Amino acid sequence: MSNFIPGQPLVAVVQRIEIKKLRQGDNLILGFSIGGGIDQDPGQNPFSDDKADKGIYVTRITPGGPAETADLRMGDKIMQVNGYDMTMMTHDQARKRLTKKNEDVVRLLVTRKSLEEAVKNSMGGYQRQ
Amino acid sequence: MDNESTYSGYSYKSSQSRSSRKHRDRRDRHRSKSRDSSIRDKSVTIQAPGEPLLDAESTRGDDRDDNWGETTTVVTGTSVDSVSNEDLTRLKDLEDSSPLQCRRFLGPALGGVLGLFALVTPLAFLALPQLLWRDTLEPCGTPCEGLYISLAFKLLILLISTWALFLRPPRATLPRFFIFRCLLLALVFLFVASYWLFYGVRVLEPRETDYRGIVGYAASLVDALLFIQYLALVLLEVRHLQPAFCLKVVRTTDGASRFYNVGHLSIQRAAVWLLDQYYNDFPVYNPALLNLPKSILSKKMSAFKVYNLGEENSTNNSTGQSRTMIAAASRKRDNSHTEYYYEEAEVERRVRKRKARLVVAVEEAFTHIKRHQDDEGSVSSPKHPREVMDPREAAQAIFAPMARAMQKYLRATRQQSYHSMESIINHLQFCITHSMTPKAFLELYLSPGPTLQYLDTSRGRQWTLVSEEPVTSALRQGQVFSLRRLDFSLVVTVTPLPFLNLGEEFIDPKRHKFVMKMQSETSV
Repeated sequence: MSNFIPGQPLVAVVQRIEIKKLRQGDNLILGFSIGGGIDQDPGQNPFSDDKADKGIYVTRITPGGPAETADLRMGDKIMQVNGYDMTMMTHDQARKRLTKKNEDVVRLLVTRKSLEEAVKNSMGGYQRQ
Repeated sequence: MDNESTYSGYSYKSSQSRSSRKHRDRRDRHRSKSRDSSIRDKSVTIQAPGEPLLDAESTRGDDRDDNWGETTTVVTGTSVDSVSNEDLTRLKDLEDSSPLQCRRFLGPALGGVLGLFALVTPLAFLALPQLLWRDTLEPCGTPCEGLYISLAFKLLILLISTWALFLRPPRATLPRFFIFRCLLLALVFLFVASYWLFYGVRVLEPRETDYRGIVGYAASLVDALLFIQYLALVLLEVRHLQPAFCLKVVRTTDGASRFYNVGHLSIQRAAVWLLDQYYNDFPVYNPALLNLPKSILSKKMSAFKVYNLGEENSTNNSTGQSRTMIAAASRKRDNSHTEYYYEEAEVERRVRKRKARLVVAVEEAFTHIKRHQDDEGSVSSPKHPREVMDPREAAQAIFAPMARAMQKYLRATRQQSYHSMESIINHLQFCITHSMTPKAFLELYLSPGPTLQYLDTSRGRQWTLVSEEPVTSALRQGQVFSLRRLDFSLVVTVTPLPFLNLGEEFIDPKRHKFVMKMQSETSV
């Protein structure tokens, strides 16, 4: 989660995660909870580095759900859902994007801090050579 | 100095001052000049308070020994060391205040005579026909009696309201005429005079027989007098109540300043009102509390000598010399600010230490006495009869343990000239009589109170109003005038109060709604 300046292009290391929705009764569920959004209070977000970051974060993963099997982790920031940008969304709009009834699969681009460190380590190792 | 009254006013505008000075001179013919000569005589001795004297005072304070009864010595212009501080303030008080003379009642006496004349006139109007040509008068029945009653009550009301509003001893003598008062007196005089004129021509000459008309005439006079009194009330008492200007008052010696709101007044009236507030609000001016010790200030200039390396004009020399000295002194790295800082911290620490000692001593002293209740008289055993004292003796008894701490504290805060031992014992007696706590006893000494506390109110105080405009002109924006006394002055600046544009915004009480700043979590 790099420094987030509104209006400026954002550079982040992302990971592609594909989640197949699970049918439970009448609903298609993904098995995680989101928090955040541009209409929410960013200061209460425990996962963000920059407390002004109003992006959508994964706050909980139901154990055994499709999100867990797809390797989504708690604290991930969702950057894109099926090609739609999620960095400037209200909470409700984000929820709607994730719960579209006619989609079976959601392809997320998520970023997390450990990704950046991993890249840095690998690049650093490369550069040392 | 030309003919001046007790309060002299300087003004530099020519035309108005000339005419009013003429009036003033005519009025001042009776006034004696002994006051002025006494000022001139005393001024020779009082010339002494200047810089060297204050230094002597402030340094002598520490090594003077602890006895309260100061021996007095002769005050002359040359011997600086032999004057004592209390003598100086006593003399200064004598000098500054004047015994309240009967002169100040002259103006009000004039007004009183005129008022009495105006009040007696209707009765004279009624009485004269009865006395002079009683038999030819037409008898008048009930309408006359109604008029008599209304006349009587209106006169009574006039009398009472005149007593309530105007019959007060004047609190100040103004340098110029109080314009509104003069206007009103002139109006009353003209009015009554014209009534007498008409009365003389129309009633006394032809011996008018219509008594009802005469009574009606007298009643109309009383009505008109009531209206004049209403006018007087509005002009003298009510008009200046609505605030219109803000006056900033700054004392020149120590910078104490206040802001006051006044209404539409002339400069002299505003000055009098201001001085009333001054005695109430401003802490007493203590000349012993200087800003910077001389040791710090005098070091700077004397460290340089200026050498002249060329042929120069002698007149340019001195200014150039002083300018180079000032420039050099400012460029040199001086540490006088650190000295000042440390010295101030040291003084403050000393004052606080002595204050702590004083508070403890006073608290302890107050525990030695308590109020004697009459009903427990039989409880005390006959072997140890308790001595019953009156407040004065009790005060003297407990003064001894706190005397030293008190004296040291007063020395540290340079207040020793304001409180003599006698006055401290008096204050102690007062506090004991009213069952005050030690803290209440100490409030007089711990903070410098308003000037009024230290005044001897049986004498008048002399102030000089210095202004560039005639002092009877009304207050305007940007005026500056000052009120001067011997050793300090108050500079007053006038600014008008801003015009207030008050708007309205109605808020429906149901519109107060709030939302929580959310961090909602939705499971998808």
